[in-house]
Amino acid sequence: MSDRRSASNRLPHDRGAERAGLANNRGPALILVPAAIAIAFLVVPLIAVLVRAPWRGMGRLLSDTAVLTALRLSLECASGATIISLLLGVPLAWVLARTSFPGLGLLRALVTLPLILPPVVGGLALLLAFGRNGILGRYLDSWFGVTLPFTTAGVIVAETFVAMPFLIVTVEGAIRSADRGLEEAAATLGASRLVILGRITLPLIGPSLLAGSVLCWARALGEFGATIIFAGNNPSTTRTMPLAIYNALEMAPQAAIALSLVLLFVAVIVLLGLRDRWLRVGSAP
Amino acid sequence: MTSGYPAGQPALAADRAGSGLLVTAAVRREGFALNVDFAVAAGEVLGVLGPNGAGKTTLLRVLAGLASVSAGTIELDGQLLDDAPSGEFVPADRRPVGLLFQNYRLFPHLSVRDNVAFAPRCQGMSRRDARLRADGWLARLGLAELAGRRPAQLSGGQAQRVALARALAAEPGLLLLDEPMSALDARTRLEIRAELRRHLSEFAGPTLIVTHDPLEAMVMADRLLVLEDGLIVQQGTPAEVARRPATHYVARLVGLNLYAGLRSGSGEIALDDGGRLTAAGYGEQAAGADAGDVTGRVLAAVRPSAISLHTTAPSHSSTRNIWPGTVIGLELLADRVRVQVAGSPPALVDITPDAVAELALSEGTPVWLAAKATEVDLYADPKYVA
Repeated sequence: MSDRRSASNRLPHDRGAERAGLANNRGPALILVPAAIAIAFLVVPLIAVLVRAPWRGMGRLLSDTAVLTALRLSLECASGATIISLLLGVPLAWVLARTSFPGLGLLRALVTLPLILPPVVGGLALLLAFGRNGILGRYLDSWFGVTLPFTTAGVIVAETFVAMPFLIVTVEGAIRSADRGLEEAAATLGASRLVILGRITLPLIGPSLLAGSVLCWARALGEFGATIIFAGNNPSTTRTMPLAIYNALEMAPQAAIALSLVLLFVAVIVLLGLRDRWLRVGSAP
Repeated sequence: MTSGYPAGQPALAADRAGSGLLVTAAVRREGFALNVDFAVAAGEVLGVLGPNGAGKTTLLRVLAGLASVSAGTIELDGQLLDDAPSGEFVPADRRPVGLLFQNYRLFPHLSVRDNVAFAPRCQGMSRRDARLRADGWLARLGLAELAGRRPAQLSGGQAQRVALARALAAEPGLLLLDEPMSALDARTRLEIRAELRRHLSEFAGPTLIVTHDPLEAMVMADRLLVLEDGLIVQQGTPAEVARRPATHYVARLVGLNLYAGLRSGSGEIALDDGGRLTAAGYGEQAAGADAGDVTGRVLAAVRPSAISLHTTAPSHSSTRNIWPGTVIGLELLADRVRVQVAGSPPALVDITPDAVAELALSEGTPVWLAAKATEVDLYADPKYVA
C-alpha cells in the first residue's frame, strides 16, 4: 500500500482518482460478470475444437488427397488474391489518401463496402457482373473466351472482392499518416511522384503493408460465402478449405474438425505475427 | 545601388540573366500575403531574417517549387522556374534547387550514404556511380566514417551535415537553408556555424539562409533581407542592418534603441511615441552621412551603451538629450547589465554591474537618462522613401 501511495503522490489528481476508486485495477461486478461471460463465449468454442479434435487420426485425415487438394487450392487462391490486392489495392489506397476530388468520400465508402457486405451477397453480385450472362461477364466470354464463375480463377476473384478492402483500409491509413515532409524532401532532391512512392512512401509504410497483406491473406483463406456462390464447390478446382469443412461436416465430421484445426492454427499464427500492431494496448491500427 | 536605404533593391533583369536568382513574386493565401522583389547573385549568401509568420518558410517553399506564386516570376540563371503570367511552373523534382529543411528530413530507412546518393540516383545515375558521388560528398564534409549509419544514429550536428551533403550531391544551382541551426544545441551551434559558413562559401550558386537568429545571419550572410508581414522591410549588408535598423523588430534583434519621428526645421525630432530627441545634423555625422530629407520622417538609432543613467538630474552638462524615466527591468548580460527604462521615450541602457550597485537600482527607481546628440544616429525612414 505504501508503495502505491508514494507512486500516486507524484500526480495529485491521481490521488483523488484513487480515493474515488477509479485507480483501482478491479471493476465492479456489474461490469466484470458480463465481461467474463463474453470471454467464455469467445473462448469456449475454440477450446471445444481442441477438445474434440481427432488428435490420433490427424495425420491420416490431413494426408487424404481431397484434403491436400483443398489445402493447396486455399493457399494458392489466398496468395493469388493477396497479390492482386497488392497490385490494385495499394495504388487505390494512395489515391484515397493523397488525392482530392469531388465524390472521393463516396468512392471510399463504395470500395470499403465489401468489409461489411454479407459475402453471399458479394458472391451473387460477382455472378451478376462477371457471370456468363453478367453485365461484364458476357463480353469476357464472347470476346476473350474467358470464363470466371465456377473456375479456380473465380475463387481468386471472389476472395479478392472480399479481402482487398482490408488491405486498402490498412494501407490508406498508413499512407495518410506517413511523413509528408520526407516526401517533400525527396521531391526537392529530384524524385518524381512514382519514385517517391517506391523509394520513400512504401518502404516507410512497410510494416503496415505487411500487416495489411497478412490480414487480406487471412481473410481470403477463410472466404466461404462469395466463393461458394460465384465459384461453386468443385472438389478439384474450387473447393477450398472452408468449403471442404462444410462438405465434410455431413459425411466425415472428424475430417471437418481436423481441417478446422488447421485454419484455427493459421489464425493463431497470423495473430502472433501481428501482435505488435494489435495486441498492444491503445495502439492505433 | 549604393545610395540610401531603398526598401527593395530593384535589379535589372538583363544584367542578371545567367547569373543568380531573380524573384518578383506575390503569394496570396487565406489571411496571408507575401510580396517580395529581390535578387541574389551567384556565390552570394543572402540571410533572410524575420519574425515567425513573416513568410520566410513560404518564400523557401515557393523557391523550391513546393508551392507556386500567385503573381510574378522566379528566375534562376536565366531560366524561368515559375511565371504566373504564362503559367510556366517547374515542379520541385525538376528544379535545380537544393533545400536544407529545418529538421533535416533525412530518410530514416536509408543509410547516410544512400541518403546522399538519393539525388544522383534520381538523376539517372547507376547505384554504383551514385554511391561513389555520395562518398565524395561525405568525404568533403568530413562524414566518410558515418556512411553506413542510419539517420537515427547521428548526432544533431552530424545529421545537419548529412542533410547538407544530400542537398549538395544534387548539384543544385540554388541552395536554400531553412533555420539550419535551430535543431542544434547552443554548443554544437557554435562549432557548426563556422564550418557551415565555409561550405557555403564554396558553393558557386546563390544561397538563401532563413533564420531568426541575428547573430547567425550576421556571421553566415553577405547580405541581409528582413521580412515582416510578408514584405521586405530592409535589405543591406549585415553591418548596415546592424547599425541602422529599419524597423523596431530589427532594432530589437541587433540590440539598439530605435525611435521613429518627424524632424522639423529646428533640428529637433518629435518622436511618434512621445518625447523629443536632438541629433547632430546629418552633416556632422561621420558615419553614413546621408542626403535624405532633413525635415522628413526619420529614424534615430541609439546604442544602449551610449546612454548614460543618473539618479539625479545631470546639471552643467553639454549633453543635449536629457529626460526622466523609471527603471522597469534589469537583465544581466555577460559583463554588463541592460536596464529597461520607461519614459518618454523609453530606452534600453547598458551599464556595468557595479554601477547598478552604486546607484542602488531596482525596479521602480526613478532615473535620468542622457544621450549626446552625436550618439543619435539619424537616417531617413525607409518606409517613407519612395
